Amino acid sequence: MSRKQFGGPALLLDRSDINTDEIIPAKYLTEVTKEALRPYMLEDLKLEGFDPASAEAREARVVVSRENFGCGSSREHAPWVFEVNGVHTIIAESYARIFRQNMFNGGMLAIELSRQDIDRIFDLRRLGAVEVRVDVDAQRVVASAAGHELGFDFEVSPFDKALVKAGGWVEFADARY
Amino acid sequence: MGQTIAEKIFAAHLRDEPFPGTRVLDLDRVLCHEITTPVAIADLQWRGKDRVFDPDKIKAVIDHVTPAKDSKTAIQAKMLRDWARRHELKDFFDVGRNGVCHAIFPEKGFIRPGFTVIMGDSHTCTHGAFGAFAAGVGTTDLEVGILKGVCAFREPKTIRINLNGQLPEGVYAKDVILFVIGQLGVNGATDRVIEFHGPVIEAMSMESRMTLCNMAIEAGGTCGICPPDAVTVDYLWPFIAEEFTDRDAALADYSRWLPDADAEYDKVLDFDLSALQPHVTFDYKPDCVKPVKEMAGTRVDQVYIGSCTNGRIEDLRVAAGILKGRRIADSVRGIVSPATPQIFRQAMDEGIMDVFMDAGFCVTNPTCGACLGMSNGVLAEGEVCASTTNRNFNGRMGKGGMVHLMSPATAAATAVTGVITDARALLKETAA
Repeated sequence: MSRKQFGGPALLLDRSDINTDEIIPAKYLTEVTKEALRPYMLEDLKLEGFDPASAEAREARVVVSRENFGCGSSREHAPWVFEVNGVHTIIAESYARIFRQNMFNGGMLAIELSRQDIDRIFDLRRLGAVEVRVDVDAQRVVASAAGHELGFDFEVSPFDKALVKAGGWVEFADARY
Repeated sequence: MGQTIAEKIFAAHLRDEPFPGTRVLDLDRVLCHEITTPVAIADLQWRGKDRVFDPDKIKAVIDHVTPAKDSKTAIQAKMLRDWARRHELKDFFDVGRNGVCHAIFPEKGFIRPGFTVIMGDSHTCTHGAFGAFAAGVGTTDLEVGILKGVCAFREPKTIRINLNGQLPEGVYAKDVILFVIGQLGVNGATDRVIEFHGPVIEAMSMESRMTLCNMAIEAGGTCGICPPDAVTVDYLWPFIAEEFTDRDAALADYSRWLPDADAEYDKVLDFDLSALQPHVTFDYKPDCVKPVKEMAGTRVDQVYIGSCTNGRIEDLRVAAGILKGRRIADSVRGIVSPATPQIFRQAMDEGIMDVFMDAGFCVTNPTCGACLGMSNGVLAEGEVCASTTNRNFNGRMGKGGMVHLMSPATAAATAVTGVITDARALLKETAA
């Protein structure tokens, strides 16, 4: 696995504690390939006005959300359903531990920004569709809408950054242990 | 500076520190089930690395949907079964011998104080009841665990929770953990280990401690840990009798995992539980909890007793104590799933299964099934379930369904009346 593409059109989910059962319901855990999960991303998300079949949801390459994103189950099917839909970047105020590690273990990004910064990204949406660019090496995110740009530096642990560069934990561990 | 239980276990298992703050630990147990393991197996095969680091330390069970309900679940079971045979795993539990993972693995004596344990299942935190560090992980961590016997963690911070006083009659471990999650919130323990201490823990059986630790993840906790003591040694004795001259020697050995008196905690919380009431959840998050009396009268369609939280013999005994001589309401479907074959048999021997069946319960085989809406009791849109499980997320037991989490006692009382009911009222009637 090589390094993934990050950034693109953003789907903004204005709710905390979005859980893994909402991201991918358990009834689809009987699939044994990641690809088979593709149609079911965020199928059970409880969020007013959200439609998993909308163009905004289907075309998203980035998800922006609030606190404790990905809480609940350990199912890596949650990052996988994002992965097979081209969503390799999540930006949130905080994450559940297992979900965050699953993202980095698959060579994807779970970026943490402060509540104030997330608020500013949500505010951008009033101007139009939000687009996000990510520079992993510089640890910088740029969100834009209708020509307005906002830049944010983010922290990522050296380990997590190494996983993203290696393409995932299996690659990293296999080379080292 | 002194160390917490998790810090001691980390120090004893440290393989590597590739970057500051990242601890790669050697694993004593890698536990596997048929939902999260097959993709790891397929990926290892695709990479040409279909190997296991140690067939004695890897344990596997088919538990989530068993016996298979359709072709897809049959394939998942077959992938795990074929893999377990191919690598000659010492312990693999298939249909007829299988039970819910977090009940059957401890029951077989696989979990010991000081162990490091991972599984592709968030409720792996259950095993911390034995004074082990046990964490739920995703399939990629599981895959590396299977291949290399290691897993990476951040330096553990620990929240110490002192549970003081004595639980009142009719109040159980499930009520304690629902109350604690209500206090912490669903991310109150994220990236933290929860160490439980105090007289309430000391008085608890291993079954109750497992119920408590099982739900640490519902507060975001990496693991719930109980200090190993004489109760731990007694539970494990049939499995460790040849390792130690006597129980005191085992206790002395396990005591090395106890936290130092000057251990540094992220936070210390004290709760006096002498007046704790039975608790139940409302809404779709496990930190939405209330005393049962505030939810009393809420109509339910189904009552489910089972799961890795509350499907053990002690739970079935408590429920049967309330159901004995009573019938469940006509409006309610009652389902009980003993968590392992051993528990099932024990419940039959004790007459508990007669009580459930006389009361009108359906008895199913050991499986996770209904808890996550996969089989054996899925809800229809708009239906309400009183459940002894651990998650009340939207759609958890079936799309459009509502789940109220509660103790086996509350669930049994609710089955009798058809509405959420404080079991203590029925217990009083029984006594009178």
